[in-house]
Amino acid sequence: MKSTTGTTLNMQTILQSRKDAAVQRRLDVAMLILGMLALWVALSAWLGVHALPYPWTTFQRLAQLLGDPDFYRHVEETGKAFAAALLLAVVGGTAVGILLGVRRLAGDVMEPVLIAVYSVPKISLYPIILLIFGLGISAKIAFGVIHGIIPIVLFTMTAVRNIRPVFLRCIRVHRLGAWPAAWQVLIPAAIPEVVAGLRIGFALTLLGTLLGEMFASQRGLGHLLMMAIERHDVSLIMALAVMLFAFATFASVLMLKWDRHLRKGWQREA
Amino acid sequence: MIRLGKPALLRIGLIVGSVALLEIASQAGWIDPVSFIPPSEMFVAALQILSQGQYARDIWLTLSSAAAAIVLAVIVGFLGGLLLARLPRLRRVVDPLLMSWYAVPIFVFYPMLIVIFGLNRWPLIALGFLFSIVAMAVNTLNGVERIPAVQIRTARTLRMGAVRTTLKVRLPASLPFVFTGVKLTIVYSFIAIIGGEFLLSGAGFGYQIAFAYNNFDNPTMYGLMLLLLVFVGTLNMILHTIEHRLYQRRVMKEAV
Repeated sequence: MKSTTGTTLNMQTILQSRKDAAVQRRLDVAMLILGMLALWVALSAWLGVHALPYPWTTFQRLAQLLGDPDFYRHVEETGKAFAAALLLAVVGGTAVGILLGVRRLAGDVMEPVLIAVYSVPKISLYPIILLIFGLGISAKIAFGVIHGIIPIVLFTMTAVRNIRPVFLRCIRVHRLGAWPAAWQVLIPAAIPEVVAGLRIGFALTLLGTLLGEMFASQRGLGHLLMMAIERHDVSLIMALAVMLFAFATFASVLMLKWDRHLRKGWQREA
Repeated sequence: MIRLGKPALLRIGLIVGSVALLEIASQAGWIDPVSFIPPSEMFVAALQILSQGQYARDIWLTLSSAAAAIVLAVIVGFLGGLLLARLPRLRRVVDPLLMSWYAVPIFVFYPMLIVIFGLNRWPLIALGFLFSIVAMAVNTLNGVERIPAVQIRTARTLRMGAVRTTLKVRLPASLPFVFTGVKLTIVYSFIAIIGGEFLLSGAGFGYQIAFAYNNFDNPTMYGLMLLLLVFVGTLNMILHTIEHRLYQRRVMKEAV
């Protein structure tokens, strides 16, 4: 009897502390946003509105931008390029990662090469991509893929290498072919790591696509940014930067949640 | 004599093989000669660029700007990482910010940086600094969190001050992780500065590549790219070796 009350009490405290943690998290987010806004206002006041416009001017400009039908043409162009690049980076990156993870020697050979490519300032190689793909959306997609695919490959490779040996034995016991082995064992087992790689890959693919639009392009958000830079339209720059930052942060938080969710499910099974 | 493992030999073979394939493909005209020149011509162009010295000023500008950005980002990022480790509350609050930092093309802030710093190299240095400082801070934080509590207690028992504890205990104990931060700082600073030059500036290595591209001057463009690749590749290899040694030493120490 005594122990039962003890457990209920315990459960209650756990629930309570969980609730507290949720409240705490919301408070943290509010504090971050308020803190950033305060810093922004202080910097604008200090540097002058010609260097950094106030938040309200920026948000006004953003609202005006969102009401402009022309703006959506640029969003559409960037969205299309980004979606295609992300799809290619995820599918290609996971496939190559699994391959390099399963074939140990191939992985050992390629890993330093991939890390070296990762650390090159790829923007300076953009002319080659432009010469290969020509001006237009395919060059942007290719550039986005090049940026995003490497972290996905590296994370997937590490994940496949660290798969519990019992799973590999299972594959052998069931005499699974390459495809079923990849679909039913390797990919599900590696998913949490793949999602972690995807989070970095997502951000870098966006960066790559935008950079591709900033050089020798006539459409897209990157082009809009470049025009704003040339005209020194500071409020437009800030409006676009805030929008991109909010989008990237939102996606990053969502993927982090997914990542944590997957890891939790993992521990329960293990 | 240095003995190379099988993967390293295969890697060299792969690189040499692909360069040879490119050479054959471009010499035989399988690839459009307008868009791609043979690697041997790139090599000749790179040698010419180095020997004629016409780009010496741009190379110097890029290297000095990168050095300034790296020094600043390493110092400020290290202190920032220590600060975040001290204040877990602050750390929790800024965590989402640190994670989405690299998604925004930092180059968009270049015009504002010009207004703030003037039309000189400082906006580019600030760009490199901003791009790399988060990597330094996050890795420092990562390293400081792994310092065994007993070492900090020992420092307190010996009544070391804050500065001495940092220099004599915290830094050595977290060195491999801090070095990973330094490595990323170097890599990211170069990416930001060369990218900034390429897109926006009027001087420097990145700018010269963009200039050559806009002038259809393929030999110069590919020569400059080859130089850049060799430079970054070598730098990366050196950093990777040092990092590897530091981690190994740590593992050995822990095993003892």
